[in-house]
Amino acid sequence: MSSVAVPTPKAVHRSSMDWLQAWLPKLVLAPSVVIVLVGFYAYILWTLLLSFTNSRFMPSYKWVGLDQYLRLMENDRWWVASQNLLVFGGLFIAISLLIGVVLAVLLDQRIRQEGAIRTIYLYPMALSMIVTGTAWQWLLNPGLGLDKLLRDWGWEGFRFDWLVDPDRVVYCLVIAAVWQASGFVMALFLAGLRGVDQSIIRAAQVDGASLPTIYLRIVLPSLRPVFFSALMILAHIAIKSFDLVAAMTAGGPGYASDLPAMFMYTHTFTRGQMGLGAASAMLMLAAILAILVPYLYSELRTKRHE
Amino acid sequence: MSNAALQPRLSAGRIAIYATLLLACAVYLIPLIVMLLTSFKTPDDIRTGNLLTLPESFTVIGWVKAWAAVNGYFWNSVKIVVPAVLISTLLGALNGYVLSMWRFRGSQLFFGLLLFGCFLPFQVILLPASFTLGKLGLANTTTGLVLVHVVYGLAFTTLFFRNFYVSVPEALVRAARLDGAGFFTIFGRILLPMSVPIIMVCLIWQFTQIWNDFLFGVVFASGDTQPVTVALNNLVNTSTGAKQYNVDMAAAMIAGLPTLVVYVLAGKYFLRGLTSGAVKG
Repeated sequence: MSSVAVPTPKAVHRSSMDWLQAWLPKLVLAPSVVIVLVGFYAYILWTLLLSFTNSRFMPSYKWVGLDQYLRLMENDRWWVASQNLLVFGGLFIAISLLIGVVLAVLLDQRIRQEGAIRTIYLYPMALSMIVTGTAWQWLLNPGLGLDKLLRDWGWEGFRFDWLVDPDRVVYCLVIAAVWQASGFVMALFLAGLRGVDQSIIRAAQVDGASLPTIYLRIVLPSLRPVFFSALMILAHIAIKSFDLVAAMTAGGPGYASDLPAMFMYTHTFTRGQMGLGAASAMLMLAAILAILVPYLYSELRTKRHE
Repeated sequence: MSNAALQPRLSAGRIAIYATLLLACAVYLIPLIVMLLTSFKTPDDIRTGNLLTLPESFTVIGWVKAWAAVNGYFWNSVKIVVPAVLISTLLGALNGYVLSMWRFRGSQLFFGLLLFGCFLPFQVILLPASFTLGKLGLANTTTGLVLVHVVYGLAFTTLFFRNFYVSVPEALVRAARLDGAGFFTIFGRILLPMSVPIIMVCLIWQFTQIWNDFLFGVVFASGDTQPVTVALNNLVNTSTGAKQYNVDMAAAMIAGLPTLVVYVLAGKYFLRGLTSGAVKG
């Protein structure tokens, strides 16, 4: 773009301005490039490095190889946390998707006051998981919570003490998390439904297909991309879940409701097991990558084919 | 879309649909109603009644005690949220502008590297970040938390603006460039005026994310620099003696109100942030 001209003083000035203009975008982006390279990638490598050391309360750089990962594999609490993540994540994702889809389809039937209803379904998503956890800890409180409410309402034999039951406490986390996120899934699917070509539905209706058949056979299958992005987000929320556990159960009773994020925090910052904590963090990253990479791969492939 | 003439007539099926939708409304609303009812009860009242009984003697003592316990932390959150939201939004806007209108070799690669930040489990950067804050002398300060939130909010704020500006016709910018307009002139005169919706989306997204943050707050702050979410958790889970559920619920309401108010006032932008942050990649 810059013209090659006789270098008069004005032209020199001009070309230095051009030079600045050419570099300005790069200069503006530079701080973010540093932030990303250091704050994201160098830090990940640093954590990886720490996971190969015997760091306890303070970082030390004494190489111990894969010892911390081996210790993790032998650690009962880590297995409880990992199994809890599978149960919690699986149920949380499945139930949120189910509720979200059903509510979205029902809301798509030209409902009066749709806006108000949508607002009610989605508001928990604006709350902090700490607030949600506090509220549900109270609601599910054995003795004074739902337990008592249903007995007061005449269901004499009703007992609900999952919050203090080591085998069931993880379901309490599922209940609270579904309450918070299912409205969001509804919103995603409703947006998807609004993008479906109405003429297809009308044509199917003319052919005599019933409304449930149309949704199950035609509309919902066409929302596969929405389904996958909802799945991604929910899985991501599940793996990162820390605040909900902290507020609702603090991992208890014992460590029955621990999740990997809670395990990492406790070992790294309160138990002086920095190396072990770093190793658990790396495994969390691996879990995220295990769902992210195939997703991105299929996304990119479909985009290239379009 | 919905037209009175198109409205289907009331049938058994439609009554069932409405009943299901209203039942779901009740399920979503009950925790909020219970929190409000409990926060206005006396401890005795809480023990004798149940979740949904109205307060026998309506009292604001729970709110008074809760406010006394968390108000300092509430202002910490304000002190963290305001600068962090503004800085990360500004940086995101500039990044998005460069990444859409001034692409250069490697800028796409950088965008890819940045996007990964949307999925980063923060556990994996907590330790190095806390060492760095310590070195900078920012450990246990609200300034340190502002910095952390700016850094780890950048992926989303850039994504918002980049995806928004990509849909702006490039010809508009090219014409301005031919007229001799510079980098910042084009940004300020052409792009910013049309960016109001995405600025709203970004501000609200960042506000909700940072206000609701617990992980960074609990790791990088201590004592009287903690944000309100950490204070709430401490109040609820480490109280000694008899649990004061009215105080707990009032404190939870106090911690939750700012984002709830923003949601009610600007739900449209909140939803757009959630879906665009989510769906586009």
